[in-house]
Amino acid sequence: MYKYDAIDRQLINERVAQFRDQVRRWKAGELADDEFRPLRLQNGLYIQRHAPMFRIAVPYGMLNSAQMRKLGHVARKYDRGYGHFTTRHNLQLNWPKIEDVPEILAELAEVEMHAIQTSGNCLRNITTDQFAGVAADEIIDPRPLAEILRQWTTFHPEFAFLPRKFKIAISGTKEDRAVTWFHDIGLHLKVVDGQVGFTVIVGGGLGRTPIRGQVVREFLPWQDILTYCEAILRVYNRAGRRDNAYKARIKILVQALGVEAFSQQVEAEWAHLKGGPATLTQAEFDRVAAHFTAPAYDQAAAGDAGFQQHLQDNPAFARWVERCTHPHQVAGYRAVTLSLKQHGIAPGDITSEQMETVADLADHFSFGELRISHEQNIILADVKEAHLYTLWLTAKGAGLATPNIGLLTGIICCPGGDFCDLANAPSIPIANAIQARFDNLDYLFDIGEIDLNISGCMNACGHHHVGHIGVLGVDKNDAAFYQVTLGGRQGNEASLGKVIGPSFSAAEMPDVVEKIIQVYIDNRTEEERFLDTFDRIGIDPFKNRVYEGRAHGKAKAAEKETA
Amino acid sequence: MAQLIKNKAVVADTWQTLELAEGETPEAIALPAGQVIFPFAVWHARKTEILARGTPVGILLQPADAVEDIAGELAHFAVIAVNFPKFVDGRGYSTASLLRQRYGYSGELRAVGDVLHDQLFFMQRVGFDAFALKDGKNAAHAIEQGFAPFGDVYQVSTSQPQPYFRRRA
Repeated sequence: MYKYDAIDRQLINERVAQFRDQVRRWKAGELADDEFRPLRLQNGLYIQRHAPMFRIAVPYGMLNSAQMRKLGHVARKYDRGYGHFTTRHNLQLNWPKIEDVPEILAELAEVEMHAIQTSGNCLRNITTDQFAGVAADEIIDPRPLAEILRQWTTFHPEFAFLPRKFKIAISGTKEDRAVTWFHDIGLHLKVVDGQVGFTVIVGGGLGRTPIRGQVVREFLPWQDILTYCEAILRVYNRAGRRDNAYKARIKILVQALGVEAFSQQVEAEWAHLKGGPATLTQAEFDRVAAHFTAPAYDQAAAGDAGFQQHLQDNPAFARWVERCTHPHQVAGYRAVTLSLKQHGIAPGDITSEQMETVADLADHFSFGELRISHEQNIILADVKEAHLYTLWLTAKGAGLATPNIGLLTGIICCPGGDFCDLANAPSIPIANAIQARFDNLDYLFDIGEIDLNISGCMNACGHHHVGHIGVLGVDKNDAAFYQVTLGGRQGNEASLGKVIGPSFSAAEMPDVVEKIIQVYIDNRTEEERFLDTFDRIGIDPFKNRVYEGRAHGKAKAAEKETA
Repeated sequence: MAQLIKNKAVVADTWQTLELAEGETPEAIALPAGQVIFPFAVWHARKTEILARGTPVGILLQPADAVEDIAGELAHFAVIAVNFPKFVDGRGYSTASLLRQRYGYSGELRAVGDVLHDQLFFMQRVGFDAFALKDGKNAAHAIEQGFAPFGDVYQVSTSQPQPYFRRRA
């Protein structure tokens, strides 16, 4: 993976000094709260329900074992011994002291980590596919260009105070696993006539106004990516709305102008920048790409007899292999997902001890490297099949081997109202209640592949819009309720779920999900996954079952009258 | 009074900025003598008259003013002031980039309004060379640390026409 050189290291060290001085001036009253707020946000520091929340970047989801150990150390020393992985390759600490943050940043800088632009109205962390570089369906490894984009976004002078936050995702595989259709800019790497480039998608986003992105350019040569992004950002910085934060994302601008007019403006701007000094050189690409070479794979790894034997002898192991390991480009290797979705634990949460275990596993079995997925799990990308059994035993002992990846209880979930000031409703207890209801592994496997995503508010950090089942926390007269959507999905055919009807109380949610699952079980053909059945039979059978015998709308109002 | 910083020093401001009071219009307002920074609308309405005064001319751009509209007239201006009504309104950074890089403006480019210590670095990089630091802020500390919190940069900008990757040894 990428190793910092002198300038990278210099910049993050200088960032620590800069932030230290900002905190000092704020405490001394030289910086007003309003003046300090955007500065601390651009260092990942929110003021939240209980304490500041601090968000550390894991650029494009890659980190090494030393970095993971440092995260564990920081969580233990400055917080309560755990952290939370988000849907955008960040680690959040929920209880640090503001005064400690400069120290935390200094410790992170020692291992080439930072919190630069993890929040605020600026260019955010670049995200990509957790299987980048090893995915069997990969066309182009996105990581070198992701790193080049990371550098370009870091302290960009013109785009530090945008109308609103700006998120870029990049994918290099046949099947999109980076939610690129729902980012401010989504980039698909591809090869056309032997030339590598991108399809450029702009104006996607979840949140309050969920919109699928639109293609502004079918093919952009890779050398032009920085100048083209400059053009997009300049159009947005100048024309994006600043009068209403809810209408300030680039998706609103693209909708207002129409994608054709927007594209024309970008192309007109780009005409001035194209071919300029920011055009990437082969030398720079090669320099960065040299950091992402394949590790020293064992060419004789395939066909390990012990692995086959364990699969036969141990059904629990076989189950884990089925759900938590993934095809690899190299025969005899798998990518492994360590589930942070153990039932009863906040999805995405990880303790300092678990971070250390994971770092050890990476050192022993995966060339010392790790990935974070937007599904809030940890990936060991290069594990020999012969090592899977030993790895599984350790992971199981550490609570990291729940075989629920891609299944109902492998829930994506934001921190919700228990931690987040923005939330309208708690989300973690809903996730845990559903996990408790579906605690039978046989049943979970029988239900099969299904994405359940939960957000505690319409900002959609839990990506509820693209869950096959989406749950959104809403506030009704100061009480938490939950709106359910069905049929959303990520991937190449990414689309938004449809609302099934009036919202439910927290206590009703496990029943609601169970009824939805029942409709699927009753209607599915042998080969159908949940989504296939949903697409075939539509939303009505689900609606009918869920609201059967449940007074709502006029009937409910009448009921209240008589009560 | 804002503190005008140029070349890393607080200097006297020799310009006055014309402001339209309630009820005054660009067409009717009296044009003061001396070095004046005119609002865009006044410049637009009274160009000939302003130039006939024979003194150096300044113009004040608001975030929504399109720099394209004065692109052909830049030779008339000794000062272009770009207003930041709130420091989080970042449109002025694009205004400055375009003036310097696309339209070749080489006169004084002044950041005015909510100009604070922690934005000086970015402002300087996009091409500002005069900074009306907000009243009450510590100008000495801003001069000492605000302009160069970072020793180098990755991107192309007005102050650094080559990206870092083209400057690697």
